[in-house]
Amino acid sequence: MEFGIVELSRLQFATTAMFHFLFVPLTIGLSIIVACMETVYVMTNRPIWRQMTKFWGALFGINFAIGVATGITMEFQFGMNWSYYSQYVGDIFGAPLAIEGLMAFFLEATFVGLFFFGWDKLSKVQHLMVAWLVAIGSNMSALWILIANGWMQDPVGAAFNPMTMRMEMTDFWAVLFNEVAQAKFVHTVSAGYVTASVFVLGVSAWYLLRDRHVELARRSIAVAAAFGLASAFSVVLLGDESGYNATHSQKMKLAAIEGMWHTEPAPAPITAFGFPDQAARETHYAIHIPYVMGLIGTRSLTTEIPGISELVEQAEVRIRSGMIAYEALLTLRAERDATPQVVKDTFELHSADLGFALLLRKYTDTPHLATEEQIKMAANDTVPTVWPLFWAFRIMAGLGFLFIGTMLYFFYRASFKRMQFPRPALHMAVWMIPAPWIAAEMGWFVAEFGRQPWTVDGVLPTAMSVSALSMTEVAITLAGFVIFYSVLFIVEMGLMLKYIRKGPYLEVAETEAWMKRHEIRLMGRKNADAIAMPAE
Amino acid sequence: MILNELVSYETLRLIWWVLVGVLLIGFALTDGFDMGVGALLPFVAKTDTERRVAINTIGPVWEGNQVWFILGGGAIFAAWPPLYAVSFSGFYLAMWLVLAALIVRPVAFKYRSKRDSARWRNGWDWALFAGGAVPATIFGVAVGNVLQGVPFHFTDDLHAIYEGVWYVKFLSLLNPFALCAGVVSLAMLVMHGAAWLTLKADGAVQTRARQIGAVAALVAVGGYIGLGLWLAYGFDGYRIVGDYVTDGPSNPLHFEVAKGGSWMEAYALRPWIAIAPALGVLGGLLAFLGLRAGREVTTLLASKTAIFGMIASIGLTMFPFILPSSSDPGSSLTVWNASSSHLTLFIMLVSTAIFLPLILLYTAWVYKVLWGKVSEADVAENSHSLY
Repeated sequence: MEFGIVELSRLQFATTAMFHFLFVPLTIGLSIIVACMETVYVMTNRPIWRQMTKFWGALFGINFAIGVATGITMEFQFGMNWSYYSQYVGDIFGAPLAIEGLMAFFLEATFVGLFFFGWDKLSKVQHLMVAWLVAIGSNMSALWILIANGWMQDPVGAAFNPMTMRMEMTDFWAVLFNEVAQAKFVHTVSAGYVTASVFVLGVSAWYLLRDRHVELARRSIAVAAAFGLASAFSVVLLGDESGYNATHSQKMKLAAIEGMWHTEPAPAPITAFGFPDQAARETHYAIHIPYVMGLIGTRSLTTEIPGISELVEQAEVRIRSGMIAYEALLTLRAERDATPQVVKDTFELHSADLGFALLLRKYTDTPHLATEEQIKMAANDTVPTVWPLFWAFRIMAGLGFLFIGTMLYFFYRASFKRMQFPRPALHMAVWMIPAPWIAAEMGWFVAEFGRQPWTVDGVLPTAMSVSALSMTEVAITLAGFVIFYSVLFIVEMGLMLKYIRKGPYLEVAETEAWMKRHEIRLMGRKNADAIAMPAE
Repeated sequence: MILNELVSYETLRLIWWVLVGVLLIGFALTDGFDMGVGALLPFVAKTDTERRVAINTIGPVWEGNQVWFILGGGAIFAAWPPLYAVSFSGFYLAMWLVLAALIVRPVAFKYRSKRDSARWRNGWDWALFAGGAVPATIFGVAVGNVLQGVPFHFTDDLHAIYEGVWYVKFLSLLNPFALCAGVVSLAMLVMHGAAWLTLKADGAVQTRARQIGAVAALVAVGGYIGLGLWLAYGFDGYRIVGDYVTDGPSNPLHFEVAKGGSWMEAYALRPWIAIAPALGVLGGLLAFLGLRAGREVTTLLASKTAIFGMIASIGLTMFPFILPSSSDPGSSLTVWNASSSHLTLFIMLVSTAIFLPLILLYTAWVYKVLWGKVSEADVAENSHSLY
């Protein structure tokens, strides 16, 4: 494959997006865990829970900073590197991004400062409220981002307007309640909860292995295991829901994930293992499990799931239909309101396939006059590269089941074995810390790489979406990002490790003393300052 | 009846022109003093404790303030997709510099005081300086270029093409007029940061902030007037020619635009808009006097008035243009040809009407909770919980 501006821009987007997503899941999950811990503190008034809130809150803060910083990059990049995409679908895609800012990001960013700086200035209940608002804000952020992303996977509620040469929204509720988006939202935030649970579990296990902060670590494990267990089930369940949705919205992605080259008689088997061969359209050494694919994909025993070869044939039909739409569009663009009704009708009839004609733009500037060979090539382009999808998906799914097992085990020990954990299990919990990040990155890879060759499925090809930039410009910024992000990553890891090694800052006795002072302060603000206040 | 037709397309376009302005001014009023404090940091605070005082005056609020910017970007994407597409890709490297500054800043806030080493802290202090000064300047440079028009055109299928090889593209942004606009913008936000520090800090930090801030206020006002005259006599304005509709499809190529005359003709057409530059100049002068006299709340209000007036005057002068094209005036973006669809604008208006008042409410509450000065004693006492 030739490496041009499209590939370089994709590389930059992938790098920055995947780096951003190293921090997002932990923010989403840890915000909730911290708020839960603080809830217990406010309800029981026990200093240990306040200590836990502050300790995990500090780690949350370190992570949050980079999450925000790298998130801004994402918002800018659509316009910077994908300007035709922004112009073409901004009417739909921009709205959820802006609403995310209005509804969610403002909330979390405004209150996160108060969470860290407000301990002395707020009553206990007020501070608890602040903690929950931060958590709700983080989670709502994910909702709107995934509504935007869900629309790229399944562009509902929109139509092409030949007068403005772009997609325009026709039905906001369809965009909002897009099934793909809803399933993705729950799947993604659940993945965040699992990530945070595994993180809390691992760090606490490390303390237990060293016999440090035992009280804090045991309680943290109890919270993480309960929360993590529910989330791990939810992640797999909603992953399955996503698979089901893909059967009607993104058939090609599903077929590629499964390495299903040809339509199988229903109910199709699932390929547990194998080596996909793109050229031969065959998966070598495949191990099949009968019925499972058909059940997951269609929830029936009789509905067929189309294979890659059949989908390519369907794409060819749609390309031909799109070419008719493209030709009509040329007239519409030139004549505007003076266009004959016949041409308008033709366009209406075929406009749903316009995106498929745009696939030809890679080969010719006049898609409506494309040759047979060009049509064949464009149809073949609708198949993403199969083997990375095939493997990334299996790694993700395997890890998902591993999380369920781990959480079940720790939940059992915490609930029924008086929080006694054998050392090998604790060691394993420590080693497992990176696993949810791997799973999350694999998940995004499957979702976005599997969408290729489209930025918006069936509507706009990736090759057309880029800005008119030079390789040099993109190379400069990509190099800048890589250097910047590497430094940030090292600094971030260093601080995280430093804070984990240091452990909670205050001992329980000191926390108790603080609570007394705080109570007095809240009752009568004037006397409070008279009471000695050691540095905190 | 379809709900969105309650408000006509033309009205919605106008409302969104105002709303984007409100968001950008909101950004300059709130995150503006954060950037100003950043740019002032190495000069108003010498010792580590002084620096922590300065940083902690904005410590709890900068994150919320920055969302005004992110929301401004999001609103432009949602309300004016063509503007978002052309400007972000056209100003590519400049945008990247802003990004770099915005990435460094949050990290610097969080990490600066997490280690005791003087080198570590000094390094992050300069990062905070750059994180404030660089975007403050670039925003001015960008506005300076927008006023002159930038070289881009649309193809038939509305691909935005920005003229020039990459380094020409970048370097031509740095023309004298735009650079001066950058200086004015920096001075304006330094004045604002100084006004904030006057209110929130005391002792040496406050004294130095007042001295530097007074100079910055004068530079901002003088530069603003100078740039106005330069714009009036040195550069062409733009105007839409021929018939056009204000509620038609958003396609810049359906409009005819001519370059010539002066932007200042707007003041003959709509004399009332002169109130904006008047507020800009008067507010700036008042801020100067306030900084000299050591008034706290008044100075901050004056500084806000100045910023409001200066930014509003740019939008009002250019109306209905939002991004003129110097190389192909026919591709220029205006309020009437660069917006989202009727439905999208309506939905965004409803969302804004619900959430913007809420945002203002809880932001006000947060500021109320945090009211009061940050002193050196506070920093010493709460060494571990503060930045």
